[in-house]
Amino acid sequence: MAINFTLNGEEVVAQQGETLLDVAKQNDIDIPHLCYSDRQGSDGNCRACVVEIDGERVLAPSCCRAPTEGMTVQSNSDRAVKSQKMVVELLKSDVSEKPHTLNSELDYWATKLDIGLPRFDARHQAEADNSHPAIAVNMDACIQCTRCVRACREEQNNDVIGLALRGTHTQIVFDLDDPMGESSCVACGECVEACPTGALMPANDVGMVEPDRKVESGCPFCGVGCQMTYNVKDDKIISVEGRDGPSNKGRLCVKGRYGFDYVHHPHRLTKPLIRRDDAPKSAEFSMDPNDVDKIFREATWEEALDVAANGFNKIRDEQGPNALAGFGSAKGSNEEAYLFQKLVRTGFKTNNVDHCTRLCHASSVVALLECLGSGAVSNPVSDVEKAEVIVIIGSNPTVNHPVGATWMKNAMRRGTKLILMDPRSTELSRQATHHVAFKPGSDVPMLNAIMHTIIEEDLIDPNFIAERTEGFEAMKDHLKSYTPEMMEPICGVPADTLKQVARLYATSQGSMILWGMGVSQHVHGTDNARCLISLALMTGQIGRPGTGLHPLRGQNNVQGASDMGLIPMVFPDYQPVNDPKSHAYFEELWGCELDNNPGLTVVEIMHAIHAGDLTGLYVQGENPAMSDPDANHARQSMSELQHMVVQDIFLTETAYLADVVLPASAYSEKTATFTNTDRLVQLGRQAVPPPGDARQDLWIIQEMARRLGLDWNYKDSQEVFEEVRKAVPTMAGMTWQRLENEGSIVYPCLNEGDPGDDVIFTDSFERDNGLGKFVPADIVPPAERPDAEYPFVLITGRMLEHWHTGSMTRRSNVLDALEPEAVATINPISLDEMGVEPGEMITLSTRRGEISMIARADEAVPTGAVFMAFCYYEAAVNKLSNAALDPSAKIPEFKYCAVKVTPGGESMQFHSYGGGQSDNQLM
Amino acid sequence: MSKQEISARKAGNKLKLPRAVGKGRQVDPKALAEVQALLGEESRQKDLLIEHLHKIQDAYQHISAAHLVALAREMKLSKAEVYEVATFYHHFDVVKEGETPPPALTVRVCESLTCEMKGAQDLISSLEDGMGDGVRVQRVPCIGRCDKAPVAVVGMNPIEDADVAKVEAAVKSNAIEAETIKPIDYDSYIEKGGYSTYQLCVNGAYNVDKVLDAMDDSGLRGLGGAGFPAGRKWRIVRGMPEPKLMAVNIDEGEPGTFKDKYYLDRDPHCFLEGTLIAAWAVGINDIYIYLRDEYAAIRQSLEQEIAKLKANPPVERLPEIHLRRGAGAYICGEESAMIESIEGKRGMPRLRPPFVAEVGLFGRPTLEHNMESLYWVRDILEKGPSCLTDHGRNGRVGLRSFSVSGRVNKPGVHLADAGISMKELIEEYCGGMIDGHEFYGYFPGGASGGILPASMGDIPLDFDTLNEYGCFIGSAAIVVFSDQDSARKLAVNAMKFFEEESCGQCTPCRVGTAKAVTLMEKDKWDEDLLEELSDVMIDSSICGLGQAAPNPVRSVMKYFPEELTKSGAK
Repeated sequence: MAINFTLNGEEVVAQQGETLLDVAKQNDIDIPHLCYSDRQGSDGNCRACVVEIDGERVLAPSCCRAPTEGMTVQSNSDRAVKSQKMVVELLKSDVSEKPHTLNSELDYWATKLDIGLPRFDARHQAEADNSHPAIAVNMDACIQCTRCVRACREEQNNDVIGLALRGTHTQIVFDLDDPMGESSCVACGECVEACPTGALMPANDVGMVEPDRKVESGCPFCGVGCQMTYNVKDDKIISVEGRDGPSNKGRLCVKGRYGFDYVHHPHRLTKPLIRRDDAPKSAEFSMDPNDVDKIFREATWEEALDVAANGFNKIRDEQGPNALAGFGSAKGSNEEAYLFQKLVRTGFKTNNVDHCTRLCHASSVVALLECLGSGAVSNPVSDVEKAEVIVIIGSNPTVNHPVGATWMKNAMRRGTKLILMDPRSTELSRQATHHVAFKPGSDVPMLNAIMHTIIEEDLIDPNFIAERTEGFEAMKDHLKSYTPEMMEPICGVPADTLKQVARLYATSQGSMILWGMGVSQHVHGTDNARCLISLALMTGQIGRPGTGLHPLRGQNNVQGASDMGLIPMVFPDYQPVNDPKSHAYFEELWGCELDNNPGLTVVEIMHAIHAGDLTGLYVQGENPAMSDPDANHARQSMSELQHMVVQDIFLTETAYLADVVLPASAYSEKTATFTNTDRLVQLGRQAVPPPGDARQDLWIIQEMARRLGLDWNYKDSQEVFEEVRKAVPTMAGMTWQRLENEGSIVYPCLNEGDPGDDVIFTDSFERDNGLGKFVPADIVPPAERPDAEYPFVLITGRMLEHWHTGSMTRRSNVLDALEPEAVATINPISLDEMGVEPGEMITLSTRRGEISMIARADEAVPTGAVFMAFCYYEAAVNKLSNAALDPSAKIPEFKYCAVKVTPGGESMQFHSYGGGQSDNQLM
Repeated sequence: MSKQEISARKAGNKLKLPRAVGKGRQVDPKALAEVQALLGEESRQKDLLIEHLHKIQDAYQHISAAHLVALAREMKLSKAEVYEVATFYHHFDVVKEGETPPPALTVRVCESLTCEMKGAQDLISSLEDGMGDGVRVQRVPCIGRCDKAPVAVVGMNPIEDADVAKVEAAVKSNAIEAETIKPIDYDSYIEKGGYSTYQLCVNGAYNVDKVLDAMDDSGLRGLGGAGFPAGRKWRIVRGMPEPKLMAVNIDEGEPGTFKDKYYLDRDPHCFLEGTLIAAWAVGINDIYIYLRDEYAAIRQSLEQEIAKLKANPPVERLPEIHLRRGAGAYICGEESAMIESIEGKRGMPRLRPPFVAEVGLFGRPTLEHNMESLYWVRDILEKGPSCLTDHGRNGRVGLRSFSVSGRVNKPGVHLADAGISMKELIEEYCGGMIDGHEFYGYFPGGASGGILPASMGDIPLDFDTLNEYGCFIGSAAIVVFSDQDSARKLAVNAMKFFEEESCGQCTPCRVGTAKAVTLMEKDKWDEDLLEELSDVMIDSSICGLGQAAPNPVRSVMKYFPEELTKSGAK
C-alpha cells in the first residue's frame, strides 16, 4: 500500500518497506549518508542523514525511518542541515588529511555541503597496518560507520571484524585486535568494498589509481559463478569489484577478488613452442618454467599448428581414430568446449573426449541421470535461504565455494538448521545444528541407516512416493537390515544422532542437500549419490523451492563443459552416443558420420596409452600430470605418447610432456559464455588482450580443425553459441542479445522469451516415464584401507587460496603470499604422538609414491587422517592418491587411500614460482 | 604508475614459510580446559557471554587472550564477538600477550561529581603514590554511594568517607569482600504479610483490570528518569503477542543516584513482589533483572533471597527469574542498551522505533522497569493509590526518592513530596548547608539533568517542571554545590564522564563529547561552537546520553556566565 507524505514541501509517495532515504533518492533529493549503503543496509549510527519530522522532539535518521501517512519531513530545513553538516565536520576533523582512496564518500559529502577546514582539533591517529598482502588497513581514515563489520559479519559471515572498546576509543578490530595479516581473515575483501573512506583498501595504494576502463565480466575460478568488474589500466587489470550477479549479489572471495593477476605473470606462454629433438620425454622431471628453452623452441603459429595437426592426422590415418583422444577443459567456455568435442568427434572421429568432470562429479552425474534423468542441480545454491534444513555432505563450501557458503551462513544466521556430514570439523561446523562426523568412506551405511529410520518411523511422503517414483518397495526391503544400531560402529556415529538427523531432514518444510567431492570421489561415489537421491525421493524433499539436490560444481564451467558434451559416452545435452535417435540427430547437425561407441574416460585413456592402444592426445587447458590420481602413472603414460599437443596459458606439468605447446588465452582475455553450478549461463567479457602472440582458444581450435580436414568458419563465440542452441534444446531459447543485456540466463530455457526455471523437477523427472527411481546401494569398502604399514587415511582436496593444480593461483601475488608452500593438515594430537611440532617437515608415502611437506596442525582433521590439497608441484599429492575407480562413473577414489606419515623429509624443490617469491607489484 | 615489473624468481628472494597452524589465533588446550572447568555444566547460550566473562575475570583477576579464544570456541562465538564485548565493559581486564596483567588487587576510586567535590582527585593522587606495585588504583565513575563521598572500593569492599588511611588499612588487612547487608529476608518478609498481595492476584482474588486501574490512579511514573506512566506501560505490553518478557533495570549509574541501592539494601522482597505482580498483570513468564556490577553486596543478597523465593514459592508456579550482572557501563542504564547487554552484547542503544514494548529483549515485546517503579506496586495495591496521590506540593502530586549529596549536612535518600523545591529540600530534609558553605547551585538530575543556580532554588522539583530551564529531574539525583565549588569545573567533570561512558556508536555523541571536552578544557570557551555542537548532540544523538550530555555545558553558559570570564573564573 502506498504511503503519501510531504518531503521538503513536495507531496511524495513511498511503498511499504521503503525508508525516507529511499524516497528521497527516488525524488532526486540529496541527503548525506555514510553508514548506510545499498549492500550493507542501514544502521543509523553516523547521523549524517538526519531529517526533521514535524511533531518529533529530535531529528530522525532518514536511512532507518519509514514514512507514515501524512508525515511532514524536511531534509533541507536549517535545523536538519545544521546537524548534517556538523556530523560531516566532526568526522572530517577526525580523519587524517592523507587520502587513501579517490572515492571517499566523506570527502564527497564534505564538498557537497561546502564544509571547509574543520573547527575541531584532530584525534590521535592509529598506525597503518600493512600486515596483509591484499588489504591495507589505514585506521586514520576510519569513521566507525561499521559498514566493514556488517560486510564481514552479516554479509560474508566470516566474523573476523568487530567493533571494540567504547566511546572515543571505539575501534574496528580483527579478532582480538590482531594485525589483519595474523587474524583469521580470509581476505574476501568485502570490507574493502564496503569502506566509504579508504580505511580499508587494496594494498599498495591501488585505490589511488583511476582505471582506464571497467569491464563487466565474471570470475574464472569456481562453479559459483560470481559476476565481477575488472578495473583496467594500461591493459593491465589493477583490481576487481563484485557485481550484482544472481549467484553472488556483489560478493566475492579471496580468489575472485585478489587472484586476477596471474594473467600478467611473466610465465605466460606468448609464443607457440615445439619440443626440441634433443629433449626426450620423461615422467621423472623437475620442471622450471624459467628453463623452457631447454625443452622447447619457439615456432611460428603456422609451423606449430601444422606440426600439431599433422601428428594427429598421421596417427588417425595409420592407427585408426581410437588411437586419438582429447581432454577438453571445464575452465574453457561453453563455445570452446562445444567446438573441442566436435573437433574430436568429427576431426579425430572418435568419442575419446573427456575432461575433469570425470575427476569431480562423474559419479553424481551418473546417479542423477540414472535416477532422475538429468544431471543438473534441481535448485540453485541460493535456495538454501528458503530451506528449513540444509544438509551439507562431503563438501567444505567455505573453502571451495566461498560465496555459495555465504548464502548458507546467512540462512543459518536467520535460524535455518544445518546438518553437516563430514569427517572433518570444517568451518561450518561452528554453526551446525548437527555435525555428523562419520568415518571416512562410510557414507552408504550412514545414509542407509538414516533412510531406515525414516521408513521405520513412517516419516516418508507416501503420496510423493506413489505419484512420482518407482522402486520404493525394493528399496524398503533393502534397507530393513540397515538399522542405526547396526551401522553405528561402522560409520562411527551414535544411533541416536542418526535418528535425530533422519527426523529433522524428513519432517522439515523444506530440506535441501548440497554435496561435494567428499561424496563423489570414492569407489562407491555413485552409490553415495544414489543414497542422497533416494533420501530426497522418499521424503518428497525435491521439486519445490528450498528443497532438492545440489552437487556443488567445482570448475567455473564444469556444468557447461558437461552440457556441451565433453563426455565420452554422450553428445551435447547428454544424448547417448549409442542412442540411434540422438546419433542420427548429431550426424545431421554436423553433416558427417559419427562413431556410436562410447569413448574412454580420463583414467582409462591413461591406461590405454600405457597399453600402447592410444598414441595421440590433444589437451586443452587441463593438467592431468597434477590432477590425475596416481600422477606418476599418468605422467609415465603421457611420456609414452607419440604425439601430444597442449594448449594452455602456462607451461604446466602436462605441457612439459608435450610435443607442441600452443599459447592460449585466459578467462579475462575472451568474450564467451560459462555455465555455473546453478545452471546459469553467464557472459564473460574480454577485459585485456592476450599477451604477446597468445591467441584465443576458439581460434586455435578452429585452426586445428581446419588442418584436420574440417571446413569451419566460426567468426566468434556468438556464432558458436547459435549452433549450441541447436545442439542443446534446454538452451534453445537463449539469445546472445539477451545475454548481453541481462548477463545471465538460467536453463531450461526452451523458447525465446522463457524466463528459465531455477527450480526443476516440479512436476516430473526427466526420465522417459517421468518417475524418479530408487536405486539401492550396499556397503562397498574403500579400495585401499589403512593397515600396519600405512596406518593413516589420506584425504585430498583443495584449499581456499589455491585453485586446483595451482597453475594460476600460485602465480598470483596475493594468493601465493597467503599460501606459499605445500602443507598437509593433520590433527595436533597425531602430530604430538609422532613428536612433530607444527611447521616441521613430514613425509607422506603410499604404495605409489612419497612426498614431503610442512605439517600444519588443524583440529578439524580427525586423528588418523591427513588432508592435503593437490595444488603443489613441489609436493604433488596425486602422486600418492589411488586410481581405483567407481565401477559406474569411472571416478577415482581421491578421498581415501592408506598412507604412512613419518617425521622429517627432504626439503622441497622450488622453482621459479610459488613459495611466496613473486612480488608482482601491479602499481 | 611505475613500470610493470613482474618477476618470478629474483636472485636472493627468500621463500616464505607457510603457517604452521590454521588462520588466526588457535585454541590453547590448557586455556580451553580452564574455561571448561569454570563454566562447568552451565549453558553456553550466547546471551550468557557477559556472565561467563565474569567467571574468568573473578577467577584470574583478568581475562587473557588465550581465555577469550577458548571461551569463543566453547560458546561457538567468533573471536571478534567475544573481544568486542569484553572490551566494552570497564570491569573486564583483557590482557594480551606481552601485556602485564593488573595486580591482583584493584582499588577503585570514584571521580564523579560529588566525590570530586569531596576531594577524590587528591585521594587518587595519594593512593597512586602510596599503594605500591601490588595494588592498582583505578579511576571509576559513580558507584552509588555519593552520600558518603569520597568513596573507594578495595576489591569489592566499599570504603565510605574514604581517606588514605582507611584504604590502606583495608588493603593491609586484605578486607576485600563486599560489605554484609542485612535486608528484610524472605522469612521476615513473609511473616509480615509479604507476597500475600501477589497470592491474591494469582489466585484470582484481584482482577487484572482493577490492578491496572489502581496503577493508573496512583499516577506512578517510571522512576528511572523517563517518567513514563507505569500503568499505561503495563497495558501496552499486556496487549502485545506472547511470549512477552520483563527486564528490570538496576543499573543505577547516573552520577548522584543511589536510591535503588537504598531500597535494595533494606527490602528486596518488596521489589520482587512488585515485579511478580507486574509479570502476572502483563502475562510474562521470564523476568530478567539487570544489576550493576558495582552493587556486589546487593547481588549476593538478591541471589540468596531469589533462591529462597524459588525454593519456597508463594504461588504454585513462579515465572523464571534471571539475575544478570552488569560489567561497568553507565550506558546500560539506557533501556535498550540494557537489553543488548542482557543478550550478551555490547551495550549499544537501539534506534527507536520500534520501541522496547514492541520489540525488546530477544526480539520479544518487553516490559522494562526501573527497580523503584516496581518497589511501589505493593503499597499501591495494599494501601491504595492514595499512598502516593496524598502527597505532593507546589502543584505537583506524588512522592520522590531524592538522592541528595554534596554540601549539605544530611545527604542521603529522602522520600519527599514531588514538587518540593531545592531550598525546601535542603532545609526540611538535608539539615541545611554544611557550615562555611553557601548554597551556590545544584544538579537537579545527576550529571545529565543540567545545572541550576541557587537563585533558581524555588522551582518545584518534578518530572516536566524543569524542561523550560533546559534541565530535568531524571532519577532525582541532586548534587548540591556551594560557593567553594566551580560550576564550570563540575560541567567539565560531567562532560568527561559522558565522553568515557558514550557507547561510541553515533557520531554526535562519540565525537561530540570528545570535542566538547577539548573545547571546555581551553581557557577561553568558544561559546558559539559549543552551542552549535550542543544543538546537534541534542538533536541527532541516538539516545538520551548524547542528547543530555550538553545540558551541563549549556547550563554553565546560561546560568553561570561569570565563571567564563577571566575575573569570574574559579
